[in-house]
Amino acid sequence: MSRPPHHGFSDREERLLASLSAGGTGFSALIGGLLAVVVWGLVAYATQLRHGLGVTGLRDHVLWGVYIANFVFFIGVSHVGALMSAILRLTGAEWRRPITRMAEAITFASLLMGALMPVVDMGRPDRLLTLIGHGRLQSPILWDILSITTYLTGSTLFLYVPMIPDLALLRHRYAGGPAWRRRLYTLLSLGWQDTPAQRHALETIMRVLAVMIIPIAVSVHTVVSWIFGMTLRAGWNSTIFGPYFVSGALFSGAAAVVTAMATFRWAYHLEDYITEAHFRRMGYLLIALGLAYGYFTFAEYLTPAYKMATAERGYLTAVFSGPLARLFWFTQLTGILLPVLLLTLPRIAWVPRLHRVPLLRPRPALAAAVTYAVATVVLSAAGPRMTMARVNLTALIPPWALPALVLWLFLAWLPVFHVRPIAAAVVASLLVNVGAWLKRYLIIVPTLLNPFLPIQRAPTGWAAYQPTWVEWSITAGALAGFALIYIGFSKVFPIIPIWETRQEPAPLRPAGQEGVPGVPAL
Amino acid sequence: MRVSRRSFLKLAAAAGMVAAWAVGEPAAPVRRPWVGAGRGVPALARSTGQAGRPRRWVMVVDLAKCDGCQECTRACTAMHRVPPGQEWIRVYEMRDEATGLAYWLPRPCMQCDNPPCVKVCPVSATWKRDDGIVMQDTSRCIGCRYCIAACPYQARAFNWLEPAATPERTGEAYDPEWNRVHFKGTTEKCIFCPALIKEGKLPACVAACPMGAIYFGDREEDAVTNSQGETVRFSALVTEQAGYRLLEELGTEPRVYYLPPRQRLYPAPPAEPAAAPVPAAAPRRTVPPDRPGAVGGAVP
Repeated sequence: MSRPPHHGFSDREERLLASLSAGGTGFSALIGGLLAVVVWGLVAYATQLRHGLGVTGLRDHVLWGVYIANFVFFIGVSHVGALMSAILRLTGAEWRRPITRMAEAITFASLLMGALMPVVDMGRPDRLLTLIGHGRLQSPILWDILSITTYLTGSTLFLYVPMIPDLALLRHRYAGGPAWRRRLYTLLSLGWQDTPAQRHALETIMRVLAVMIIPIAVSVHTVVSWIFGMTLRAGWNSTIFGPYFVSGALFSGAAAVVTAMATFRWAYHLEDYITEAHFRRMGYLLIALGLAYGYFTFAEYLTPAYKMATAERGYLTAVFSGPLARLFWFTQLTGILLPVLLLTLPRIAWVPRLHRVPLLRPRPALAAAVTYAVATVVLSAAGPRMTMARVNLTALIPPWALPALVLWLFLAWLPVFHVRPIAAAVVASLLVNVGAWLKRYLIIVPTLLNPFLPIQRAPTGWAAYQPTWVEWSITAGALAGFALIYIGFSKVFPIIPIWETRQEPAPLRPAGQEGVPGVPAL
Repeated sequence: MRVSRRSFLKLAAAAGMVAAWAVGEPAAPVRRPWVGAGRGVPALARSTGQAGRPRRWVMVVDLAKCDGCQECTRACTAMHRVPPGQEWIRVYEMRDEATGLAYWLPRPCMQCDNPPCVKVCPVSATWKRDDGIVMQDTSRCIGCRYCIAACPYQARAFNWLEPAATPERTGEAYDPEWNRVHFKGTTEKCIFCPALIKEGKLPACVAACPMGAIYFGDREEDAVTNSQGETVRFSALVTEQAGYRLLEELGTEPRVYYLPPRQRLYPAPPAEPAAAPVPAAAPRRTVPPDRPGAVGGAVP
């Protein structure tokens, strides 16, 4: 950490404001790398603008793909910030204080990237303003535009208003700092003097905003799901798409908050503010959301699968046992089941005893994994040389070897996660987000590949979907853009509320001991 | 809670009005604005006196006559300079069940009376005309492709790359009724050739069919005509030959009718390859017992 350019901070504030003075080679390299990815994404988009959407893998059958999956993913991640912190605020959950702003900043950054994705997907982005001049309210696309802009406005206010006292603090602290910071903080702190009247006004505004933001947030992802739900297509023609998408959005968003918490805690040494107890609480939230999402997923697939009506048969077969089955089952297992297990099992008291079994230690399990990998490579390479005919010697490996190996690795790592609950939460939340993206893809593509009329006379390659480098580059650029906005935010604004955590007597104590800290409720 | 007599009477009156509204209102028959005919009026009786009445275009495809030659597709492509990769009228090779014989099914745009594509379009680039045609203005289209996603008939196509015949290259102005010049990044589809109809001609695909399998005409006149010059009564054609519409169960109310391929005049499509996809949802032609005649006439 470089020397802060300002003086007169308490130790505590110094640490909470560490992100404002982040710098150094590592930081510059990170920013440079992210910028390079964004520029590469822009190059890909320029290619697409020049030649048309034909440079993507999209065609008349699979007419939406990676871009729309990104859109649903980003809007989903955006969900949690405002919604979670509004609910925690209204229910007076005091432990929320250090993490709400982190969550709300995720909302802000991912909404911006999410709203960009449909524009990237448009065939004629030059006609974007037609939507304003000739927009039809009957179209779910207009619903989306209205709800996303409302949500962006609301959640920006929700992020900004409780930040005003902190901005006033920064205005004082940076009185001798760089001019742009001084001007920015003076402008944004709106003359905050911390008078009782101002505090009262702030509290009132926050209460109103917290109540208003909840239905707006729910509406956003409901409307996103209705883009699909309002069509006749098998797989999209579902009445529970609204709540299903909302639950999935909350799950992926809460996971993103856990990742952000761990990153900031590690990067700026905020262990006293973001404690293990915060990860435990967020873990409970993730478990609950994961179970709700799993329930909706089960209901969404079981009802048509039980009936196997003609229309649904195509896409259901494709995802259950057809070409997309591997991806589908991988997504269900590692996107829902495994994270919930990772957050639950290490808490069980007997888990450390697994360590006593010599075979269930990480080393033997790793050795087995390496053996498996080497054996697969050697056997597949050795096969053709040993006989005249091509013999696939990998068949010698029993089919249950891989699931058994995965189970072994899982059991071997459980005791490790038991002593490192934060690592468990981070691994789980990364899995949730990978699974969330794949699930968006699996909602869009299989349905489009199985229309009512058979796919016939399609030109070569038009009947399948293979995303191209353009789509992957733009996706990478969007993810990097999200990270850049987020880091940029933390460079300008305190990522942990200073005044809201000021009176906190002590950091949350370990499991089961923390009381309600004596903080005046906002 | 204390309720004064006055406010009680007020409340009672309000409750009574609500109840009367909820119970007393008879369910009025739903009438779609673009289908003007009244229920139960025989179509034939109304076939006279056309003055001032808007046209209601319909198409009838006699599957017994279609031999899958795709002349219709070629004529359409030539007429509209349809960009490569698109077929605005596509000839499908269909088989309703494993034991059934395969048959050809030309699929233009169905010009639905309850069009899913029109509902979802965010900018009115596609709309329903009084004469039943679902039009497409590609100079307005923003390329979101929502209409393609919404269409259950795969009747819409997208210009993924720069088409050959753009207004700049051909020097022609864009006219949505001709639709002969195209824009990159927009959606296209069959529009029943309104420019030709205006000139009193049959749409390009109808005129090109060497088998006379496609009939086109005005339902108000109750007359449809094919390329052989045969003009027949629309109502008689679809009722006597058990006409049906594609994916009728979706409620899109198409304006294209199909006559089942009975006693066909051509050899069936070549023995289907084993891997040929069975249609995800075969076109229905069963007449629901409670709606006799609904399939044939569909006179609302």
